[in-house]
Amino acid sequence: MATVIIPTPLRKFTNQNSRVQVSGSSVQEAIGDLTLNFPDLKKNLLDENGKLRSFVNVFVGEEDIRNLQNEQTQLQPDSTISIIPAIAGGSH
Amino acid sequence: MSYKDITFSKEELARYNRHIIIPDFGLEAQQKLKAAKVLVIGSGGLGSPLLLYLAAAGVGTLGIVDFDVVDDSNLQRQVLFGVDEVGKPKVEAAKQRLQSLNPHIQINVYNTQLTSKNALELIKQYDVVADGTDNFPTRYLVNDASVIAGKPNVYASIFQFEGQVSVFNYTDNNGNTGPNYRDLYPTPPPPGLVPNCAEGGVLGVLPGIIGSLQANEVIKVITGVGEPLSGRFFVFDALTFETRTLKIKKQENTPLIERLIDYEQFCGVKAVERKIKEISVEEFIGWQESSEDVQVIDVREPAEYAEANIGGLLIPLATVSDKANEIERNKKVVVHCKMGGRSAKAIRELEEKFGFENLYNLKGGITAYLQQVQQTST
Repeated sequence: MATVIIPTPLRKFTNQNSRVQVSGSSVQEAIGDLTLNFPDLKKNLLDENGKLRSFVNVFVGEEDIRNLQNEQTQLQPDSTISIIPAIAGGSH
Repeated sequence: MSYKDITFSKEELARYNRHIIIPDFGLEAQQKLKAAKVLVIGSGGLGSPLLLYLAAAGVGTLGIVDFDVVDDSNLQRQVLFGVDEVGKPKVEAAKQRLQSLNPHIQINVYNTQLTSKNALELIKQYDVVADGTDNFPTRYLVNDASVIAGKPNVYASIFQFEGQVSVFNYTDNNGNTGPNYRDLYPTPPPPGLVPNCAEGGVLGVLPGIIGSLQANEVIKVITGVGEPLSGRFFVFDALTFETRTLKIKKQENTPLIERLIDYEQFCGVKAVERKIKEISVEEFIGWQESSEDVQVIDVREPAEYAEANIGGLLIPLATVSDKANEIERNKKVVVHCKMGGRSAKAIRELEEKFGFENLYNLKGGITAYLQQVQQTST
């Protein structure tokens, strides 16, 4: 099972879990499994058409899936998936 | 003037000695620092450590853009400022502190909001941009203006326990320019989905950590020492102490950035929340005692109202737009809730949708009011 690292802003949707084990052989299946178990994550990660939102990036290991095969990127059982949302804080 | 022509006084050489004696840094890197001009946008949480370290390191010219004034709630993380500076413009307070730290550098301050109108003119005067702002419209503005002006943008961002650092639009010695913010995030989140620090909070030490890393990257970009964080994206989780350095690339479908746009419209949010008018409990009681004709609106829920109220007209927050016609326009209107948060939201909504100009938020809400009344009666 691959591991998804949940960024701190989204942990309120995963019962504060920072790492979640997911099943699936591709990123799409893994995200599907993740949002099945934590449905509140869905609107933060996916648009109405089920595509990853443009302000959320997904990496498998160190690689941006947009430089691999996007949602079809294949996973290994020891793959680590990082979800990196846009954040904008800094001044106030 | 080439950095090679830069000279140092005896005092400066003594001050920068610990830089100069590092074999891979040396006098040459110190000359490059002194020759460099860095524009720091935002002098808050990230800007504080960033500016302190860049000034201490001897960056010759620092520009600071911020329109805000120092507030009590800043001191939990904005270590540039102290109690004496509360109420002062941040850029003025910052300049004073930094100049006392290092009198050998030039500090230019811009007590203004960075906008599509002034951004290019400002950025063109500097070599490196360091983005420590706090909202998406300004993030995209800084990115696009840096790309158009051809300047590296050393980026850092924080939220709650999460920090991010990268160097965008960096051109290496071979003339290859790395990715920029839009290659990473082509479009911003819709309004409301991602809160800012004022709404979501931030651990005070986090900007200290992340802003220091940002200063490190600024120094590397200027001096050419080491490998700048270009084409890489650093992520720090203060809770798990997990760090990751992810690879990022230019994306083929990122639209060409050719001109600045209306970034508030692009992001669907205002870069700066307009301040609403406030009234303290003491002032409010003063109005009541002088029989000033004031309408009081209570935006809490009916159950809360039934428990305790100060005779205001009950219009729960969710219904303010529907009942806007019940709110007076020709006299002062004090809006309150329990603590002051919901009423601020109600006032913003009424001002934006209906153009009210006579609404005052009761600071501390009914809680503060009842406390005050109890104190004076005992």
